[in-house]
Amino acid sequence: MNILLTGTASDSHTWNLVYLQLLLEELGHPVRNLGPCVTGELLTGACAAEEPGLVVISSVNGHGYRDGLSAVRALRGAGFTLPVVIGGKLGVAGTADPEQRRRLLDAGCDAVFDDGDVNALRAFLTSLDAAAAARAVA
Amino acid sequence: MTAATLAAPNVAPLPVPPPGPSFGAFVAAAAASGQLVVQPRMGFGDPRRMRAGLERTKSAVATTVGTLTIDSYTRVGDHAAARAALTEGTPLNGYPIATHSAELTRGLLAGVLDAGFPVQVRHGSSRPEAIVRALAAAGLDATEGGPVSYCLPYGRTPLAESVDNWARCCELLATLVPAARVPHLESFGGCMLGQLCPPGLLVAISLLEGMFFVRHGIRSVSLSYAQQTDPAQDAEAVRALRRLAGEFLPPDVDRHVVLYTYMGVFPHTGRGATRLLEASARLAVSAGAQRLIVKTAAEARRIPTVLENVRALETAAATAALTAPPREPAQPADSEVYREARAFVEAVLELGEDLGRALRTAFARGVLDVPYCLHPDNAGRSRSFVDAAGRLRWSQTGAMPVAPYAPPGGRAMAPVRSMTSDGLLAALGRVARRYDDAADSAPRTEPETEPEPEPESETGPATAAAGPGGARSPA
Repeated sequence: MNILLTGTASDSHTWNLVYLQLLLEELGHPVRNLGPCVTGELLTGACAAEEPGLVVISSVNGHGYRDGLSAVRALRGAGFTLPVVIGGKLGVAGTADPEQRRRLLDAGCDAVFDDGDVNALRAFLTSLDAAAAARAVA
Repeated sequence: MTAATLAAPNVAPLPVPPPGPSFGAFVAAAAASGQLVVQPRMGFGDPRRMRAGLERTKSAVATTVGTLTIDSYTRVGDHAAARAALTEGTPLNGYPIATHSAELTRGLLAGVLDAGFPVQVRHGSSRPEAIVRALAAAGLDATEGGPVSYCLPYGRTPLAESVDNWARCCELLATLVPAARVPHLESFGGCMLGQLCPPGLLVAISLLEGMFFVRHGIRSVSLSYAQQTDPAQDAEAVRALRRLAGEFLPPDVDRHVVLYTYMGVFPHTGRGATRLLEASARLAVSAGAQRLIVKTAAEARRIPTVLENVRALETAAATAALTAPPREPAQPADSEVYREARAFVEAVLELGEDLGRALRTAFARGVLDVPYCLHPDNAGRSRSFVDAAGRLRWSQTGAMPVAPYAPPGGRAMAPVRSMTSDGLLAALGRVARRYDDAADSAPRTEPETEPEPEPESETGPATAAAGPGGARSPA
């Protein structure tokens, strides 16, 4: 499954993106890493050009809830129906915010991962692969 | 709550700019009296909280300068988002200096900013014009960044555009600051991605940016270096930076060296974090840096509070006071870091008279090549690793004028395995683990956890337990 990996519009961090690219590639998925400071326009353009099977959004600068919401709305607004997940340090408080998380899910995120929850990301990828395999058999 | 409805702090608006020494002169005077200047990273969207942070920094038991760290919407030039966040009441991760009015910022600074307490604006922008105009309008004269260091690690701005922006903004700063004061610029080149960049390249980039500032009209500069993995290599780097500054900067340009306490994954234990901070203070004094920008014990988890910042400043100052100043040999030896840095600097200067153009060419040809940097204008052919003794080394150097590490004895290294996600985490977390382990399994401390909007505009790498996460900062 081709994965489009992206930072958020106001987030310039990249170690999270370097790490995730290595991790996702080791799990067998080709990764296109858009890098940091990705606007909605750049993200939807890349989605149209690359036709990925999954978008992974990573943010660690404390603006992730707000910027993630803009990113997923841009994708859904442009008509993309592919799975979109987000994770990282999404707020400034250092703890997950259930209300902000719900807003992300309502806006069309398929999963919101807490900082460091690599196992949940792996499990999500496994479930996507299983669903794809089931569709292929059906 | 909006900027317009916020009362300025209880002081008269539009004070005259403070008399007396500017940023560089303040640091020079402190150094002459044997004091290390310590500085926080601190920025809040709320002017009252920002003011309180400056006041507490000023009253800390330490020789301090103040910081206004700018939020990341302002950094990327999205002033509409900064304004919207203020209107919504969404906490910003820094002070939106171009959104709040100059009057508000002058009021915020009045009675705090003075000859004994300069304030620097820290931001991280490759398009800093609005920030430079706003800081000058607010009566400030010191900031930091650079055409390379605020471009490659921090976003998508083409390097050519960042070089042009920074050339213009150096000249703008030199023009806008009244003649009675001396504008000061600090290169952020000693940090780059914060981790895993061998020191020779950090030293070279910081020096080259300092030279770039001078060529564009700035007469007071600081060169930076971020603490890395090995104290001896770090000391070589700070000394190399001082020596190269003497060799390459015009003699009448005011300069000093600023050390950043470790910018990578921070220890999780309070004791480990404190020991790392103390090590950086010792390094600063013993290697001859004049200023230190601290980190706090809260760093690994979240944005520190004002109180945590003050504790870090006072801890660093107390350690510095107990550290002997450097004993300099009359004829300094050419350290490994010095030789590498000098090779980079000379290779860039050979690319032409126009330093901005030379920097662009250097990156285009991979003569300078920052390891693990995702920016499209970085060649991306260099790789680095931490050797068994803890020193940062090159494993691949691409087109750079330095060689991959060969251990003593002359045998070339075994072919380097490509970096894995686990290997990357291990390398990124090495310093944190060492200091946490040395802390003798002290209980994990949880400092008071009042959430605050963000200080710090520098690079924050993945945490040791990283998934999509990492240390948070507005960069």
